[in-house]
Amino acid sequence: MNQEVGRGSGEEPVSAPYSFGGVWTPSEIEISRRVARRKRSQKNALVALLSTLLVLGTLAVILFTSPGWKSLSETFFAWAYGVEVLPKIILGFGANIFLTVIAASSVAIFGLLIALVRTSRSPAITPFRLLATIYVDVFRGIPMLLIILLVGFGVPALRLKGVTNNVFILGIIAVIITYSAYVAEVIRSGILTVHPSQRAAARSLGLSNFQTLRFVVLPQALRRVTPPLLNDLVSLIKDTGLVSILGVTDAIRAAQIASSRSFNYTPYVMAAILFLLITIPLTRYTDRTLRKSIERQNAQGMA
Amino acid sequence: MSIPVLSIEKVRKAFGNEVVLEDISISVPEHTATVFIGASGSGKSTLLRCINLLEQIDDGIIRIDGTEITAVDTDPDFVRRKLGMVFQSFNLFPHLTVTQNIILAPIRVHRQSTEEATEHARALLERFGLLDKADQYPDRLSGGQQQRVAIIRSLAIAPRLLLLDEVTSALDPVLVNEVLSTVRELKIAGMTMVLATHEMGFAKQVADEVCFLDRGRIVEWGTPEQILESPKDPRTKDFLKRVHEAGRL
Repeated sequence: MNQEVGRGSGEEPVSAPYSFGGVWTPSEIEISRRVARRKRSQKNALVALLSTLLVLGTLAVILFTSPGWKSLSETFFAWAYGVEVLPKIILGFGANIFLTVIAASSVAIFGLLIALVRTSRSPAITPFRLLATIYVDVFRGIPMLLIILLVGFGVPALRLKGVTNNVFILGIIAVIITYSAYVAEVIRSGILTVHPSQRAAARSLGLSNFQTLRFVVLPQALRRVTPPLLNDLVSLIKDTGLVSILGVTDAIRAAQIASSRSFNYTPYVMAAILFLLITIPLTRYTDRTLRKSIERQNAQGMA
Repeated sequence: MSIPVLSIEKVRKAFGNEVVLEDISISVPEHTATVFIGASGSGKSTLLRCINLLEQIDDGIIRIDGTEITAVDTDPDFVRRKLGMVFQSFNLFPHLTVTQNIILAPIRVHRQSTEEATEHARALLERFGLLDKADQYPDRLSGGQQQRVAIIRSLAIAPRLLLLDEVTSALDPVLVNEVLSTVRELKIAGMTMVLATHEMGFAKQVADEVCFLDRGRIVEWGTPEQILESPKDPRTKDFLKRVHEAGRL
């Protein structure tokens, strides 16, 4: 534990600079090692470049010389047509973004609540804990498409007074129901990974159960599950496309309308590009967060 | 005679069929330190956790300042406001800085203002030579520094009684001393303490009373000289001999 920091009294500055006198110049053997290392890394770079060119080149040749390539590129990559319908698809994509924002913020609240109920040990919560467990089991176990269909077509069929028939709202609700179950489990796993000794320390200071949760357990839990939660956000953005099945005019639906008019599939490709424009940066960001959190944990392991 | 800060009468604790504490009775007057020694698994830690109500006792009575804290209607949070506890594994909150660790309970439990609590925390850090670490996160500190911060954190609520559970067991030998001198300083300042420790030399220095626990029972108790230098019970003799052989005396 912490061999290098704070030896002795602990009041000394950490890792004071040492000087062993004289200016250091690398020895003959070190210089020869460096030359050898540089040569090796140049060779590695060359090998990487050649293998990349070979693999990608082969794939390109297979693709472009295939008998159907010409007709395929006409139906999927008619860029002029794609640009022509792009405004409509972007308009539809606005619906996906709007759905994502509403759903993500609601899911954050419901997911957290369900996770808290499931991890609570209070006897008064017992019936809610049972309900939350059933809820998670059921909605994590059903394909989201089915839930969208059940909510989107089932709820209007009930003909309840005062309940909306708006497919957009019903679509959002279906998405929220499903993702709250996913996110609740992620947060719950985060809560369970906080060591019991943290709870004991907080309680021994006189913090109440709720204060312990609020100031000690949750901050650590949420920090740990940020990468998987960002992953879920990426999935959520894509899955908002599923509500198009109810007739909501999102990017996919807009693309469908455009392509059925012209029998050209380029609009789908345009929609795919729009999704990628959002999801790729977010995925990169998620990777970075994950890497940072691993680094942080490693640093903690050393202390 | 004044009422002792802590008095324990015939406490018993079992986990399932395994009895870990049996017929424990002690009394700790104000400004004194009682030190529990004994092998791992002898029940020292469990006893401290029972005093802090982190564990529920199965029989007997525990009183703080004459008031029973083991009554069914006792609010544990209220009892813990008067007790400080320091753990073997420090248990600092890794997401909070040193200062934030120290002021959490004063602000949230004792309703001090942030300024007041911070000022007090800085005064304590200065007193124990850790002021330069005030804004560091625990993972940047050495084990000894972390444990001293943990001690300061429990002092910040001005406890009536400080419970120290093998506070040096998780430390490098070279880091043990800085923690022990902090505890010695507290003893001189008049803090009432109950300690569990493996450091016999240290026990001799700070203890007013030493209790030897063996398999959940107090076998022998008395002044440090009586217990550590001329023990009567063969079990105490045997334990001290083994400790001595391990080079800890």
